Amino acid sequence: MKLKIDELEDLARGAAFLGTGGGGNPYLGRLMLERVMKEGFEVEIIGVDEVPDDALVIPTAGMGAPTVTVEKLLVPEEYLLALQRLEDFLGRKAFATMPIEAGGTNSIVPLIVGAMRGIPVVDADGMGRAFPELQMVTFSVYGIKAAPMSLADVHGNSVILEAEDNATAEWLARGNCIRMGGHASVGIYPMSGAEVKKCSIPRTLTIAREIGRTIREARAARTDVVEALCQYLRNNDTYGDARVIFEGKIADLRRETTRGFAIGQARIEGSGAFSGDLEVTFQNEHLIARAGGRVVAMVPDLICILDLETSEPITTESLRYGQRVTVLGVGAPPIMRTPEALGVFGPKCFGLDDTYVPFDSCPTP
Amino acid sequence: MRIGVDVGGTNTDAVLMDGGEVKASCKTTTTEDVSSGITSAITEVLTAGKVEKSGIESVMIGTTHFTNAFVERKHLLQVGVIRIALPAARLLPPMIDWPKDMRDQVGRYRHMVRGGYQFDGRENVLLDEKAVAEIARDLKSKGVTSFAVTGVFCQVNSSQEERAAEIIRDEVPDATITQSHNIGRIGLIERENAAIMNASLAALSTRVVSSFREALAGLGIDAPFYISQNDGTLMNAEMVEQYPILTFASGPTNSMRGAAYLCDVKDAIVCDIGGTTTDIGVLANGFPRESAIAVDVGGVRTNFRMPDITALGLGGGSLVRSNGKLTVGPDSVGFRLIEDGLVFGGDTLTATDIAVAAGQADIGERAKVSHLDGSLVKAALDEIHTMIEVGIDRMKTSAEPVPLILVGGGSILVSRRIAGTTDTITPDHAPVANAIGAAIAQIGGEVDRVFSYETLGREAAIESASAEARQKAIEAGASPDSIEIVELDELPLTYMPGGAVRLRAKAVGDLVQAKG
Repeated sequence: MKLKIDELEDLARGAAFLGTGGGGNPYLGRLMLERVMKEGFEVEIIGVDEVPDDALVIPTAGMGAPTVTVEKLLVPEEYLLALQRLEDFLGRKAFATMPIEAGGTNSIVPLIVGAMRGIPVVDADGMGRAFPELQMVTFSVYGIKAAPMSLADVHGNSVILEAEDNATAEWLARGNCIRMGGHASVGIYPMSGAEVKKCSIPRTLTIAREIGRTIREARAARTDVVEALCQYLRNNDTYGDARVIFEGKIADLRRETTRGFAIGQARIEGSGAFSGDLEVTFQNEHLIARAGGRVVAMVPDLICILDLETSEPITTESLRYGQRVTVLGVGAPPIMRTPEALGVFGPKCFGLDDTYVPFDSCPTP
Repeated sequence: MRIGVDVGGTNTDAVLMDGGEVKASCKTTTTEDVSSGITSAITEVLTAGKVEKSGIESVMIGTTHFTNAFVERKHLLQVGVIRIALPAARLLPPMIDWPKDMRDQVGRYRHMVRGGYQFDGRENVLLDEKAVAEIARDLKSKGVTSFAVTGVFCQVNSSQEERAAEIIRDEVPDATITQSHNIGRIGLIERENAAIMNASLAALSTRVVSSFREALAGLGIDAPFYISQNDGTLMNAEMVEQYPILTFASGPTNSMRGAAYLCDVKDAIVCDIGGTTTDIGVLANGFPRESAIAVDVGGVRTNFRMPDITALGLGGGSLVRSNGKLTVGPDSVGFRLIEDGLVFGGDTLTATDIAVAAGQADIGERAKVSHLDGSLVKAALDEIHTMIEVGIDRMKTSAEPVPLILVGGGSILVSRRIAGTTDTITPDHAPVANAIGAAIAQIGGEVDRVFSYETLGREAAIESASAEARQKAIEAGASPDSIEIVELDELPLTYMPGGAVRLRAKAVGDLVQAKG
């Protein structure tokens, strides 16, 4: 399926929604892909089923600080270089690329790479959302190795990295990323078509686009955007339950930088049908939401914060005191809720003591 | 004594203030040449206040001139656009997302050269000085006189932008050069847009500022004059000649600050009801709350300081319709209110007519609205109050009720207590709140930079940012004793070890009243 230019805004906005606070800036994501497509490059998106079992798929992504991306912008050549270096190392050309996460820029990067290299992009990713660290993907759960992986920067510097496990790959890659100026492009998790089918979350590009379209159409029809979104997500067979968990104003925002992440908490004071407070804890992405001491949603389920008026997804670093927001919970895909999956990106992996309770069973405040 | 002037699209208002007291005020019509309107407004308040020209210590002017010029695409220059970024940022060249007509009018010459910094201020790429010189020479031959220079992470390290400006000046000695680190924040595209917009206004700013000067000189006033910027602080005239873009949105800001001053309240909701629209803003610590999201001006995305304003299509001239569902606005008869409104003998039912019929105001002839159905009047008033309540609720930052200050000619529409507010204050001189806002503005200094908490420590970093902001305020003319830090934002840079935190500090203080 060929992607059309007028679908980009929907795609970037929907991906930012799935990014649950992280995953990159959707404005830049859209502008960049638009530019590439206007130069005549075409984006071919294929379903997971269309990938031959023995084909080589190399996901591509950007890692690092969004603040660096908004200054240096993204340069496609560095992503192409990352892909090419990993191909050289493996001695094989990639049949296709794909996203590792859903987010305003990281859903878009593989589309740019695919278009410029003339290879298809698999409609799937390894999270169905965004997570802060490289090992936090469904691929890890199924034993796919992050490394050998490649990192490249805008100057044409590149690194091939081998690591004993995926957490080590993240650790080493993070160090390189900083030396590359706080942002690097990566080729990572090289895998076969059979492995993609087994361990990825399918159709996330399509879903992102449909989420964006749902928001746009509901706005145009002046109907309740959030209700339309919930309905779309509930009828979708990838994600679980979707419902509003809170509505209110950001009454307190605490952020600190530890271990190289933005870790913090937003306290949202209820309005409308909601009273009391909701506390949302985040490590780049939103991790857990509590109301009156009770957990109402937690990782790996999605906690999405939207602007109350426009239903525009708000990324974590753009949260600010006084914003009026709607908070939506969305059940993560079942593949992300198995005990093995929770061992990779469950609450414990973020230092939370709470035992995982699926969103469908969580109380609504 | 100070004089505050507000030069709007329709009216030029002036106030004469002695310390905190308003001695005289007036409203006149804005003139094509700007200066004669200012001259007559100032003459009027001087006469009414019985004050000698020599007694004037300073003049503060607020103007929407530059915003209007940009939005209406009038008097704009072709800009020599130079981005210092390569090999980074090359996919999205300058002005990629501008409306096409705007790009044609301003951005025929767009260039990217090698250079730029890393997030921590280390050099990423050496500045390609030769390329800058070649571009400058070429654009000089094409008659370009205004340049906009934007470098990657130049808010962290501005040396390359400064060097590029030097090179341009060597080649084009009379060039006006906007360096992005002086006006923008993190975000290359938005900061560059602001620099280009600013550069496009260079000729107009020289003209307007000199017309201000001429008006004052013609009146024989030799006191220094200042122009108010977006956030209610002042700039000196030289600063506005260089950065006219910093005056964008100063109109609503001044009316909010003026309102706050008249009521002696620092935290409040301000509702400025005009003829066509109502601007609702929030005063926090005496200053309008700024917008945190990117703001479009004339279709161009920017990230400079703007007050966070909700605009409603509600004003004294709003049309009231009652076929089926009752509606008020968003369309308005505007300046034709004095011809079209029922109380003025016209045949259009407006919000003002409703206010008169309800006995809230005494404008025109009440007899002309005596036939209106009581339930219609009530329903329209219900709607008007609901609109304002919803607007106010949208702007509030806490459930805590705050005072509501009403200013503008349309404030007669409000007669009831507004939900979520403690009380409603309609101050004296409300119609000229704008000019008062200009007269009482303060001087500000701002810092927006990345600090390393791990090497510096949080306390030292905040201390350093605050000191820098104070210093900037002093340099801009603030009296050192009066300076306080009014804003301090911390934003950790995600995914970035080393405790990199973006700190934004703002200091403001009273103007040093140095005469002569």
